Amino acid sequence: MGEEVKVFGFWSSPYTLRAVLALRLKGVPYEYVEENVLGNKSPLLLKYNPIHKKVPVLLHNGKPIVESLVILEYIDEIWKSKPILPKHPYDKAMARFWAKFFDDKCMPAVWKPFWCPEDEREKAVEEACQCLKTLETALNGKRFFGGEEIGLVDIAANFVGFFLRTMQEVTGLELLSAEKFPHLFKWTDEFVNHSVVKENLPPRDKQLEFNRVIIAKYEAGEIKA
Amino acid sequence: MADSNVKVLGTWASPFAMRVRIALHLKSVGYEYVEENLLEAKSELLLKSNPVHKKVPVLFLGDKPVCESLIIVHYIDEVWTSVPSILPSDPYDRAESRFWAAYVDDKFFPALRRVLVSTEEDRKAAMAELLEGVVLLEEAFRKLSKGKAFFGGDNLGYVDLAVGSLLAWIKVIEKFTETEALSEAKTPSLAAWADCFSSHAAVKDVFPNVDKLADFGLKLRAKFSKAAAAAAATTTTTD
Repeated sequence: MGEEVKVFGFWSSPYTLRAVLALRLKGVPYEYVEENVLGNKSPLLLKYNPIHKKVPVLLHNGKPIVESLVILEYIDEIWKSKPILPKHPYDKAMARFWAKFFDDKCMPAVWKPFWCPEDEREKAVEEACQCLKTLETALNGKRFFGGEEIGLVDIAANFVGFFLRTMQEVTGLELLSAEKFPHLFKWTDEFVNHSVVKENLPPRDKQLEFNRVIIAKYEAGEIKA
Repeated sequence: MADSNVKVLGTWASPFAMRVRIALHLKSVGYEYVEENLLEAKSELLLKSNPVHKKVPVLFLGDKPVCESLIIVHYIDEVWTSVPSILPSDPYDRAESRFWAAYVDDKFFPALRRVLVSTEEDRKAAMAELLEGVVLLEEAFRKLSKGKAFFGGDNLGYVDLAVGSLLAWIKVIEKFTETEALSEAKTPSLAAWADCFSSHAAVKDVFPNVDKLADFGLKLRAKFSKAAAAAAATTTTTD
């Protein structure tokens, strides 16, 4: 169809993964360009995302779209097969609500206990678990947040879907367990075993190693929150 | 003529509630407005309808609540599909609009808030950050408006609501800091747009009185400094 689709991303970024999963679900061919987010930002990244200077960037026929949730809405509007947003306006609003809740509250809260100073950990764990509890309630016993198929919220929540348990494995700090959050825990299994998701997750061993590297960087003060 | 089915829970000072009301006005949808008093305890209705964030605005269509102002605006645009459309129709333009609205909420508004609650020593830095944001918005306006009166072109659109709802608070900040954020000299497009926005038929009845808002701003500052001082007191004692 003469369409040019490119994704600028980082292999271990949950935000990049959002864009990748949406495109893969819809069977949209694209070229992937790896950005080393721990090193210098490439001139192309700075050109396409001058304000935030972050991945992912979706380039569609030369035009950049940035901010992962904005990218997801764009992908759903352009490529209409396998919709990731519900049809009905109220259900759409709810999906957007949970995706935004995930970004604004869950991402920072669930990540924090793994890097914060010792004396802040107890409170951080409490807040993280509060978020997980809210997600458990939002899931409401469904197979996926999107119902029978994965949707916007599942894709947006991939940090809990995949990355969280890898962080738990490396640190021994357990926030999400089958005992505490049975439905959410089961959802993470459904998520990582989904036919499209499993083909596109970061390789597990590589992710575990990267987690160790990142934690070490936080401990050394090389990365700030 | 209120549609008994539509209700908005908000406060007169909330830019976020303002967005929702302007959107309904643009669509000529009548609604019942319920004022929440944010200096007092949160109402039962608010806690029940927005248990996750406990914040205004909340839109009710029948008894179903929708929360988060920009999500509500999307919802309004999708339910009442008569012209005018609040979001653009082209997907790329929609993405651009969403980008700028997200920028307002994620970067610009927090910067504005920081100026409001800042101490004397932080104020300069906070204000500098806000002014950087204003420069970006001036550029964004020139790009999105394509020479017309609003970010949305001929009509008020999504980005107009996102940015315009903060205008009264920007004026309060200008008052407190005795600095111009928007001016004909530095931000000519935004300055002209600000007048068009605040006098628009769909906006003027919900645009807060700046003096009244400034008084409220002082109360918020006081409340914030009290809380900050209390927090500082507890952290210094745990060393």
